[in-house]
Amino acid sequence: MDFGYIAQQLANGLILGSMYALVAIGFSMIYGIVRLINFAHGDIVMIGAFTTLVLMETAGLPFPLVAFFVLLTGCGMGILIERISFRPMRGAPQVTGFIASLGISIMLQNLGILTLSAQPRNFSFPSYMQRILNLGPVSFRVVDVVIILTAFFLMVALIFLVQKTKLGIAMRATAENIDVARLMGIDINKTIMATFAIGSGLAAIAGLMWGGKFGQIDPLMGYVPGLKSFVAAVIGGVGSIPGAILGAFILGLSEVLFVGLLPPIYSSYRDAFVFGVLIIILIAMPNGLLGKDIGDKA
Amino acid sequence: MLSVENIDVYRGRTHVLRQVDIHVKHGEIIALIGANGAGKTTTLRTISGLLHPAKGKILYAAGKGKRQIEISSLPPEQIVSTGVSHCPEGRGVFSQLSVKENLLVGAYLRKDNKIEQDIQSIYEMFPILEERSTQAAGNLSGGEQMMLALGRSLMSRPKLLILDEPSLGLAPLVIETIFNKLKKINTEGVTILIVEQNAVMALELSHRAYVLETGRVTLFGRSADLTLNPEVQKAYLGGE
Repeated sequence: MDFGYIAQQLANGLILGSMYALVAIGFSMIYGIVRLINFAHGDIVMIGAFTTLVLMETAGLPFPLVAFFVLLTGCGMGILIERISFRPMRGAPQVTGFIASLGISIMLQNLGILTLSAQPRNFSFPSYMQRILNLGPVSFRVVDVVIILTAFFLMVALIFLVQKTKLGIAMRATAENIDVARLMGIDINKTIMATFAIGSGLAAIAGLMWGGKFGQIDPLMGYVPGLKSFVAAVIGGVGSIPGAILGAFILGLSEVLFVGLLPPIYSSYRDAFVFGVLIIILIAMPNGLLGKDIGDKA
Repeated sequence: MLSVENIDVYRGRTHVLRQVDIHVKHGEIIALIGANGAGKTTTLRTISGLLHPAKGKILYAAGKGKRQIEISSLPPEQIVSTGVSHCPEGRGVFSQLSVKENLLVGAYLRKDNKIEQDIQSIYEMFPILEERSTQAAGNLSGGEQMMLALGRSLMSRPKLLILDEPSLGLAPLVIETIFNKLKKINTEGVTILIVEQNAVMALELSHRAYVLETGRVTLFGRSADLTLNPEVQKAYLGGE
C-alpha cells in the first residue's frame, strides 16, 4: 500500500463527502427550521439524477444549463413537498410530520418505479467530462473535479446566503423562535418554503453528481445516500450547516478509507461501519460535533 | 388608536378571555395589571395576531385621523406592518444571532435607507449594545437582553409599542433605566401598552390602567385613581 493509493482513496473520500454534504445540508436546514426530519429528502437526489438524465441525454443541453435546471427542479420539488406534507401538519405532533414525509418518500419511489421502471439506467456524461487527468499518483476524471468544485461553490454560496442576507437572517431567526420571528414581521411560510427550496435544490445537484460518479441510477437510488447524509447531519449536529458539512466529509472519508484500506472481505460491512461511527460519536457527544445544546436556549 | 372590543379567546379548549374590552388612545401609556394566569399575555398575543379571538373585534388606527382597520383576523406579520410592535414575554431575543442581527430583524419589513441610522440611535440609547454588536445575543446579561429586545422592537418604528413584562427578572437599577427610556419613547409620540406584574411601577408609569382577573376586566381608570383604590391596594400594591 503506497502513498499514491492512499492519496487516491482520500480523493475518492472527498468526492463522496461533498455529495453527502450537499444532501446533509438540506436535512439540517429543514430540521433546524421545522424541527422535523424530511424523509423524502433522499428521493430528491433520485429526482435530480433522472432530471439530469433527461436533460443531458435526451435534450442534449450543455452541462452548466443542465445543472441550473436540475437545481430548479429540486427547488420546485422541495416547495411541493413542503406544501403538501409539511404545511398542513404544522402544529400537529411531531410524529405526524415524520409519517407524512415517510409517505411522500414511499410515494416518490413507487411513482419512479411505475413510470421509469425499476431497471437501473446507465448514465454517461459527455466524453469530455470522462477524460482522465493525472496529478502525480492520483488519477481522476474531469467529472470528479466538477463535482468537488460545484459542491464547494454551492456550500460557500449557501453559507454566504445564511450568514449575510436578509433571507438568511430571517431563516435563522425563524429556526430559533417561530412566534417571535412572526412578531418581527417575518412571513414564516415564505421563509420555510425558501428553506425547503434551497435544501432540496442542493440535494438534486447531489443526484446529478451521483449519476456522474457511479454511472447508474434507479428510482430507489436516493434511499441509502439519503440515510447516510442524515447520519452525516446527525454526526455534525443536526440544525448546524457547518456541522452537516463536517459530518459529511468525516463520513465520506472514513467510509472510503474503511473500504479501501481493509482487506476486501470487510468491504460489505461499509454501511454497518457508517452506523457504528454514528453510534460512537453520539455516545461521546450527544448533540453531534457542532450541535448546540438544546438546553441552553434562553 | 386601539379598541379591543369584547373579545373572547380560547387556548385549546380553555376559555381564557371573556368579554375583554380595552381602549388605548393615541399618545397614552396604558398598563394591564393582574395576577398570574389572568390572561394578560393572552390579551397581548391576540392583539398582535399570534392568537385570534373567537368573538369580538380589534380595531386599530395607526394615528390620529388615520383610517381604522379591523386587525383581529390578520396574521402577525401584517399587523407589524401597520405599526404595532410587540416585545414578547421573556424578551425573546434570538440568542444565536448577533446583537446587530437582532436589530436588523426588528427592521425586517422596512425598505427605507434609514435603518443604519436607527441602529445608531438605538446604540446611543443603550451604548452597551454597540460594544457588543457582534456578539451572540445569548451571551448578554438579562438586562442587556431586555435593552436589545426593546431596541429591536423600536427598529420597526412602531406607532404602538406592546411590552410584556419588561421588568421580569431584572435588577431594580436596570428596571429604572428601562422605564425611564419608555417614558422618553412615549414623549416622542409612541403609544405604549404594557403588561406588568410589578403593579407599583406600572401604575406609576402609565396614564391609565386596566385590571384583569381570571380573563375579565374587573377595574379600569386613571392610574392615579387606581393607586388609591382600596381593592387595588390590597390585591396588587401590598397595602392593607
